[in-house]
Amino acid sequence: MELSGGEILVQCLKDEGVDFLFGYPGGAVLHIYDALYNQEDVRHILVRHEQAATHAADGYARATGKPGVVLVTSGPGATNAVTGIATAYMDSIPMVIITGQVATANIGSDAFQEVDAVGITRPCVKHNFLVKDINDLAETVKKAFYVATTGRPGPVVVDVPKDITDPSIKIPYHYPETVQMRSYQPTLKGHSGQIKRAVDLLLSAKKPMIYTGGGVVLGKGSDELRRFVRKLGYPITSTLMGLGAYPSSDELFLGMLGMHGTYEANMAMHDCDVLIAIGARFDDRVTGKIAEFCPDAKIIHIDIDPSSISKTITVDIPIVGSVPDVLQEMNGLLESSKKSPDKKAISAWWAEINSWRSMKCLSYDRNSDKIKPQMVIEMIHEITHGQAYVTSDVGQHQMWAAQYYGFDEPNRWINSGGLGTMGFGLPAAMGVQFAYPDDTVICVTGEGSIQMCIQELSTCLQYGLPVKIVALNNRYLGMVRQWQEFFYENRYSHSYMESLPDFVKLTESYGHVGIRIEKPEDLRKELERGFAMKDRLVFFDIVTDQTENVYPMIAQGKAHNDMHMSPYCEPPQDPERELS
Amino acid sequence: MRHIISILIENEAGALSRVAGLFSARGYNIESLTVAPTEDPTLSRMTIVTSGTERIIEQITKQLNKLVDVVKLLDLTEGPHIEREMMLIKVKASSMAQREDVKRLADIFRGHIIDVTTSTYTIELTGACVKLDSFIDALAEHKIIETVRSGVTGIARGEKSLHL
Ligand SMILES: Cc1cc2nc3c(=O)[nH]c(=O)nc-3n(C[C@H](O)[C@H](O)[C@H](O)COP(=O)(O)OP(=O)(O)OC[C@H]3O[C@@H](n4cnc5c(N)ncnc54)[C@H](O)[C@@H]3O)c2cc1C
Ligand SMILES: Cc1ncc(C[n+]2csc(CCOP(=O)(O)OP(=O)(O)O)c2C)c(N)n1
Ligand SMILES: [Mg+2]
Repeated sequence: MELSGGEILVQCLKDEGVDFLFGYPGGAVLHIYDALYNQEDVRHILVRHEQAATHAADGYARATGKPGVVLVTSGPGATNAVTGIATAYMDSIPMVIITGQVATANIGSDAFQEVDAVGITRPCVKHNFLVKDINDLAETVKKAFYVATTGRPGPVVVDVPKDITDPSIKIPYHYPETVQMRSYQPTLKGHSGQIKRAVDLLLSAKKPMIYTGGGVVLGKGSDELRRFVRKLGYPITSTLMGLGAYPSSDELFLGMLGMHGTYEANMAMHDCDVLIAIGARFDDRVTGKIAEFCPDAKIIHIDIDPSSISKTITVDIPIVGSVPDVLQEMNGLLESSKKSPDKKAISAWWAEINSWRSMKCLSYDRNSDKIKPQMVIEMIHEITHGQAYVTSDVGQHQMWAAQYYGFDEPNRWINSGGLGTMGFGLPAAMGVQFAYPDDTVICVTGEGSIQMCIQELSTCLQYGLPVKIVALNNRYLGMVRQWQEFFYENRYSHSYMESLPDFVKLTESYGHVGIRIEKPEDLRKELERGFAMKDRLVFFDIVTDQTENVYPMIAQGKAHNDMHMSPYCEPPQDPERELS
Repeated sequence: MRHIISILIENEAGALSRVAGLFSARGYNIESLTVAPTEDPTLSRMTIVTSGTERIIEQITKQLNKLVDVVKLLDLTEGPHIEREMMLIKVKASSMAQREDVKRLADIFRGHIIDVTTSTYTIELTGACVKLDSFIDALAEHKIIETVRSGVTGIARGEKSLHL
C-alpha cells in the first residue's frame, strides 16, 4: 500500500485505535485535512479555538485513560495549543499533538505562520519530534504514542512540515506493532527489598497515614489501592488529583488534604508516624511549610518517576514503580505476613482522628437567604446520584466541587490542578461527553473562567453535546478576592467581574437552554428541571453568595496544623470520651 | 559541591537544547558543557560541570535521566576519574625578558607554544580545570590578550565506564 504523508498520518491514527481527533485546520495541515475527508474511522471534532482542542483531548484522556489526540496548524495554531499542552504536562496526561509546520525548505526563514513549535513546547512536553523525512513518519507517530502513554504519562508533540504530507509523494506504508527505544525504558515493578521494608514499617506504625495522588488514577491502580487500604484499616487522604481512586463515601477516607483539605486530613498528616505516599508528588499546595511537613513521620514513597521522589521532601523508603504493580506485591506480602497492624495503637489513632472529624470542618450556613455554592454542589451530587463526570475550571468553585461532590470512582473528577488553567472546564467536558455520550457530564465553573472558552458553546451545538454547565456566579474572581480578603486587607484590586453578559441569552443565542437561579428556594426545582433535559446543553447561571470563602484554608507556606476554619464548624470533641 | 556528569545522548537535532533548556528552566548551575559524537555516530557524549547541594545534584541526575533522548548517565565525581580541559592562551611577549619568562612558565606547566609572532606567544595547555586556573594566575605579571577554554571532559578511571 503506497500512501502520501497525509494519508500515512491518518492511517497511523486508525491503526493506533484513535476514535476522536480534536482539531482546527490551516494552511500547513491542509494535506492532512484532505486525507481526513470522507473517512469515518477517526472522527474529527472541529473546535472553535485550538486551546479548546487540547483541553477536549485532555478531558477525553482523563476520563478514559486513553491518549487524547490533537491536530492544529503551524504558527498561531501551535501557539494557541500551548496552554492546553502545558495543562496536560503538569498533570501528566497522555496526549499526542500533531502540529503543522512550514515546508522543510522554509524552516528558519521566518516563513508565513512559522514558529519553532518544537522549541516553544520543549519545556512543557514529555517529548517532541520534528519529522524531517516521510520515511520516518509512521515510526515517529508510533513512538509518540508509546512515550505519551507509558511510564509517567505526558503530552508529546509531533511537528510535521507541509512537504512531508505532500499528496504527490507516496511511499509504502507500514505501522510498526511495537517500538524499542534504548534511551527510554520506564520501570514498572518496584524493588522487592524496598517493598518488604515498606510493609514492615507500615505494620509497625502507631499513627499511619496513606496519602494518595493522581498517580493512582493515571496508573489505573484503584482496585489494588482499595484492597490495600481495607486490609490495613488505616486512614487515607487524597490530593486534588487523586479524588475518586478511593471512594470518598468510605469511612476510612478523611477527605482531601492540603491548602483546602479537611481539618482531619491535615491534622492526621501533621501527627502521623508513618506516611505512605502513593502516586503523589508532594506539591507545595499539599505540603505547606516544608520544614514542618509530617515532622514525626517516616516516609515511604511509591512513584513511577524517580525525579518525583525526594524532590522537596526527603523520603526514607523510595520505591520506583507503577502503583498497581507495587501495591499488588504489597497486598501479597500483607496477606502472607505473620504480623498484623497494632490494633490498640490504631484504634487510639482513630479516636484522635474522629475527634478532629467531629468539628465538621466543611460546615456552612445552611439557613442563608443567599444561595450557598456548597449547597449547589451537594444538590447536583444528589440529583446525579454521585455518578456524573464532573469537570471544573479554576477558582473557588473548583475547590467546592472537589470538597462537596464526593467522588466514589476514579476518572470522574476532571480538573486542572498543576497549571490551574481557567478555561479548561467546558472543552474538557466536551471531550468527556464524546467518550461517554450517555453519561451525565457536568462542568462546574465560575463566571470568570467560563468566559475564557465560552466560544465552545458553538462546538457543543454542532455535535449535540448535552453538557450541564453549573456556573457558580459570584460576580467575583472569587479565589483572587478571597486571597485579597485574607492577605491584602480587603483591597479588592481588579477582582470584581463587571459588565457580565446575560448568560441565559448568551446560551440561547448559541442554541442551548439557559436557566438563571437566584433564590435558594428555587435551586432544587430548577436544577432538577435542567438535569431532566437529557439531550440538551443547559447553562445554569446560579447567583451565589458573593463573599463566601473556601474553608478550611492553610495560608501559603504555613504548616498543616495552622488552618483558617469556617465559622460554622463545631468545637472538637475530646478524644478520650470517644474511646470509652 | 562541584560535580562532573557525563551522559550518552541520542545524536539528534535538538538534543543539546533539551539539556541546556533543562538547566535554565530549573535554575541549575552550569559551569561548562561539552558535547561531541562518540565512536558510535548515533550517540553523543556530553560532559556537564555543575554544582549544588546533594539534593540538587540528585535532582539534576534524575531530570537528565528522565529526558527521553538520554541513554545513560554517570556522575564521574562519585568515583576516581580523570578530568581534562584544553586552553589556548595568547600572551604579550615582545621583550626578551617577557619571552623567556612566558616560555619558562609554559614549560613548567607542560604547555606548548603553538604560535609565535614578534609580539605574542600562543600557548596550548591541557589539564584539570584547576591547573589551567593556576597557569593563568602564574601569568599575572604578563599581559594576557585572549584565552579560550574547551570546557571540561572526563572519564572514569579503571574498569568503570560509560558505554552501552
Ligand atoms: C486553586 C487550586 C487550589 C489547589 N488546592 C489544592 C489542595 O488543597 N490540595 C491538593 O491536594 N491540591 C491542590 N491543588 C492542586 C495542586 O496544585 C497539585 O496539582 C496537586 O496537589 C498534585 O497532585 P498529585 O500530588 O496527586 O500529583 P499529580 O500531578 O497527579 O502527579 C502524579 C504523580 O504520580 C506519579 N505517577 C504517574 N503515574 C504513575 C504510576 N502509574 N505509578 C506510580 N506513580 C505514578 C507521577 O510521576 C507524579 O509524581 C490546587 C490547585 C488549584 C488550581
Ligand atoms: C488563565 C488563568 N488566569 C488567571 C488565573 C488566576 N486565577 C485563579 S482563580 C481565579 C478566579 C476565577 O474566577 P471565577 O472563574 O469566577 O471562579 P471563582 O473563584 O469566583 O469561583 C483567577 C483569576 C488562572 N488560574 N488561570
Ligand atoms: Mg466567580
